[in-house]
Amino acid sequence: MSTGIGARVPRKEDARHLAGKARFVGDLSFPRLWEVAFVRSPLAHARIRSITVPERHAGRVFTARDMEGVRPIRAESSLPTYKPSDYPPLARGKVRFAGECVALCIAPTRAEAEDIAEEVILDLEALPAVIDSLAARRPGAPRVHDEWDDNLFLTTFVDGDVESVKERAAVVVEREYRTARQCMAPMEGKAVLARHDERKGQLVVYTSTQVPHLIRTGLSQFLGLDQADVRVIAPDVGGGFGYKCVLQPEEISVSWAAMRTGRPLRWVEDRREHLTAGANTRQHHYRLTACADGRGRLLAVDAEITVDVGAYSVWPFTACLEAAQAGGNLPGPYALDVYRCKTFSVATNKPGFTPYRGVARPGVCFAMELTIDAVARAVGREPADVRAENLVPAGAMPYTNVTGKHYDSGDYPASVAGARRMIDLDAVRARQGRSLPPPGGADRLDAAPACRSRSRPLPDPAARLDTAHARQDHAERPARDSRRVDAMSARQGSPGPDGRLIGVGFSTFTEQTAHGTRVFGAWGLPLVPGYEQATVKLAPSGMVEVRSGNHSFGQGLETTLAQIASEQLGIGVDRIRVTMGDTGETPYSTGAYASRGMVMAGGAVSKAAESLAGRIRKHAAHLLQTGADRVSLAGGQANAAGGASVSFEDVARAWYLRPDQLPDDVDTQGLEVTEGYKPEVDTGVFTYATHAAVVAVDPAIGSVEILDYVLFEDCGRRVNPMILEGQSYGGAAQGIGTALFEESLYDENGQPLTSTFADYVVPGPAELPAMRIEHTESLSPYTRHGIKGIGEGAAIAPAGAVVNAINDALSPLNVEINEIPATPRRILAAILAAKASGPNEDGRRRSP
Amino acid sequence: MKPVDFTYHRATGLDDALEHLNAAGEGAKLLGGGQSLGPMLNLRLARPRVLVDVSSVAALRTVEPARERVTVGAAVTHAEIEDRPVSDVIERAMREVAAGIACRAVRNRGTIGGSVAHADPSADWPIFLVCAGARAHVRGAAGARDVPMPGFIRAAYTTDLAPGEIVTHVEIPRAGGRARFGFCKLCRKAGEFAEAVGAVLIDPERRCCRVVTGAVGPKPVVLADTTRTLAATAMPPEPDAIRAEIAAVANEHDPVKLHMAAVAVRRAIDRALAAYAPSHDGDRSGSGARTGLTFQSADI
Repeated sequence: MSTGIGARVPRKEDARHLAGKARFVGDLSFPRLWEVAFVRSPLAHARIRSITVPERHAGRVFTARDMEGVRPIRAESSLPTYKPSDYPPLARGKVRFAGECVALCIAPTRAEAEDIAEEVILDLEALPAVIDSLAARRPGAPRVHDEWDDNLFLTTFVDGDVESVKERAAVVVEREYRTARQCMAPMEGKAVLARHDERKGQLVVYTSTQVPHLIRTGLSQFLGLDQADVRVIAPDVGGGFGYKCVLQPEEISVSWAAMRTGRPLRWVEDRREHLTAGANTRQHHYRLTACADGRGRLLAVDAEITVDVGAYSVWPFTACLEAAQAGGNLPGPYALDVYRCKTFSVATNKPGFTPYRGVARPGVCFAMELTIDAVARAVGREPADVRAENLVPAGAMPYTNVTGKHYDSGDYPASVAGARRMIDLDAVRARQGRSLPPPGGADRLDAAPACRSRSRPLPDPAARLDTAHARQDHAERPARDSRRVDAMSARQGSPGPDGRLIGVGFSTFTEQTAHGTRVFGAWGLPLVPGYEQATVKLAPSGMVEVRSGNHSFGQGLETTLAQIASEQLGIGVDRIRVTMGDTGETPYSTGAYASRGMVMAGGAVSKAAESLAGRIRKHAAHLLQTGADRVSLAGGQANAAGGASVSFEDVARAWYLRPDQLPDDVDTQGLEVTEGYKPEVDTGVFTYATHAAVVAVDPAIGSVEILDYVLFEDCGRRVNPMILEGQSYGGAAQGIGTALFEESLYDENGQPLTSTFADYVVPGPAELPAMRIEHTESLSPYTRHGIKGIGEGAAIAPAGAVVNAINDALSPLNVEINEIPATPRRILAAILAAKASGPNEDGRRRSP
Repeated sequence: MKPVDFTYHRATGLDDALEHLNAAGEGAKLLGGGQSLGPMLNLRLARPRVLVDVSSVAALRTVEPARERVTVGAAVTHAEIEDRPVSDVIERAMREVAAGIACRAVRNRGTIGGSVAHADPSADWPIFLVCAGARAHVRGAAGARDVPMPGFIRAAYTTDLAPGEIVTHVEIPRAGGRARFGFCKLCRKAGEFAEAVGAVLIDPERRCCRVVTGAVGPKPVVLADTTRTLAATAMPPEPDAIRAEIAAVANEHDPVKLHMAAVAVRRAIDRALAAYAPSHDGDRSGSGARTGLTFQSADI
């Protein structure tokens, strides 16, 4: 059975994971190893007057003053208006978020290190905290960085003639959206262990990272070491999601302390540190205006996006990746001619923003998908129809959109059609129409009164449509979309027998994956990923060794890279060993992020394995007494056209142990190949999908149950469909967390309020639906094997699908949710507000 | 997130536990299943010098079903109550409450006595026990005493326990054969602490009725007016009346929280009454079957 591309091969790494034998940073042990605990700032914004270390702890506590010569983390960018920040690994002068590291304490155990940390006395002068990103933009707001004259890391502006479109548009939809601050919450948090290797004279850093080579570069840069003096090893890593693709201040300070003390030191992030001081992400605010014609065809989009990026700019991706991506990706899969967008990356007294699975796109997808549905309601049409009609059609591929994104291949409308069929939209609409009001309406605390309060007669949908068309004649002001609400309400009916309201929602996105040199260059980043390299070797035993500087941390790359090699070499994955994550053993790679692993590392392995296959055929041809062009590789053997064959082991033995069997003019490059790879067009290849959800909302308590959830995806060639499905389930689960549950809250002084999993709620098995997935394969014309990235994709769409479904369900109540997570409290507050104000005169919807 | 240094003592009996508890004075803390104390230790919110583990004290692990009442030892776990179909006080009420606590891993270790002594305002057992009219039995150096549940819990995380005292068991009156229990717990996620809880007992034989609101305000409270209306009419009071009473007794003014609390109470009442609803055709109010259910001078 083939174990190459397309095979549902069980993951190679699962054997050790399922047996509990994987080795994470926390599992490592070295003689004389001590543990680290940090003294962290209790205040969000303060000047440091003094740090007092009790005499008895001398030599056990280190502060910024001890770290002479260590540079602050500084992520440069060439983008105009960008201001870099200096992020010292231990705070110097000021603290800028609650949880910022101030001192590093060491002891034989973590508990003892925490005892010491408690006794370090911080004398802080509290400063006004900058918490709300909109308030932080105003002149006169307190400043996070004293040397700046405002709180803006970056502003960007793309102009478009929206005003003239507005005048002729049949409908103009205006919305304000908010997405919550989140944490990524991988199963394993950050962890780093540093020690000095006397023999090699190297600082060896074991760290839970997606990007070992980048960390080596960063550590060398900020510690002032030569890269040759640093080795970084990422052992087993329990999830990354982007949190582990940036250099953490703890990686620097623990490495420095290990060099200073000559002792192996380890810090393992605990859950409270993770939830309060790390991995902050996702917090966006949108003001969005969409202009459309009477059928809902988008004519223009005007957006103002504010991203709350926290106190510091992370290295290497900066505080601006998010807003740059948001501005560029908002139009998404839609064919749009006029676009105007202003973005603000605002500094606040919160932990620095890190790129989380989907980077910006979960936010822009949420904003855009809710807007599409709002437009559909405004013109009184089925949102799935309006969505499909606005997408870039298959015939237009490859297509360069209004922001210059080059979409390589695919049939976007087909994904809507697929999801529509899977979720059975007609059946859902029929079910909504069949739903009957509760008997007598007497027994329900809420739903019934809310329905009863809508005393106006239901308007005739057709009449409403006429009004919209007539509006152009009157032309006093743009029609508000909400005039259409009642048209949909009439169709969607009332609560079901259990009092719950059913709704259906769709969400479509396209995701730029494996974007390379030109794209990252345009973002002005200090590091631009280009070629990815891989080494493939036929070992003396006949085994194949694959070495990649990328890393596998749950996404299955250890298996899928083996499958690529298997495809090229005709040998089973059980005979292929993949080594990753160690800068001492692998070629340079900027690492695993931006859904680039399969395309880039996969491409490099493919190319190297192809070269190796050529060499194996050549050596085998000598042994088989035939021409290399008459030798093919399959079943772990080199087979001559006539039927004779030699095993890979025979070929390897000849080269390594019995060169006397080979002719004198043998190719001395041997059986080890390193190749570099970059797609022909490296502006990224675009994966796309449509998700659809059916929800039941209990209007009495604001709860949401996802009754059905489907994904219709296309990521080009699937290397391992089973791993891909796992990625999709996991991504969608995270997206559902974004939609309904997860929220990092801060009070007005910047104190984190969600410091444990009791307060920061992630969905569990009981909250997640049984998802169904279907795929098409639109191969990319630009990559090896037509592969596109998919690692992030499924996390992007759920908020749009779920909240569109909620709004569909709540439309009879004249309620619209435009903020996530859509918690019971938020939904209930909106319902109560709508009830309190009674039937609204202008038909305008309310959101909390 | 590692605890402060402490001494751990696994008590061999009740006297041994009391002795160690008293010897350590203020710095001692009792450990039951550790499902609340464990995280509090790790967060260093609890900083005991001595932990006295009573989870395996035999005297605290007994269940004694009697005709009039059931006593449940403090170290009996949620899972043991969930798995023990016999000797429930009201139908399957205790099983239902136990099965709704957190997740099975927590239920395997968490204890009813620990829940009562910890007095989290959202915890299930205190709410149930107030509703069921239970008494908490405690023992200290000065001897044993028992306290009715509403009074035992004084405020959030605060009980009537004096220093050196241990909750030994809870005593729950057995309800009559026609008694019905209704419980409604609203939480964001399966197994999370509740945002609002309603608990209702209707016991015609004993002329006893209680409607309790929990997870709102500092402790579970019997809603006296709502209870009287329910007892007198066998019908739920108007939503606004329930809401107003919760606002008053729990000193809660957040409209969303109040609304949830009122819905929880209302649904608990509906669930208790639903047991009396006879049929799906015709008599939707269930008033026929509820004949004889009302009692003017109910014991709350």
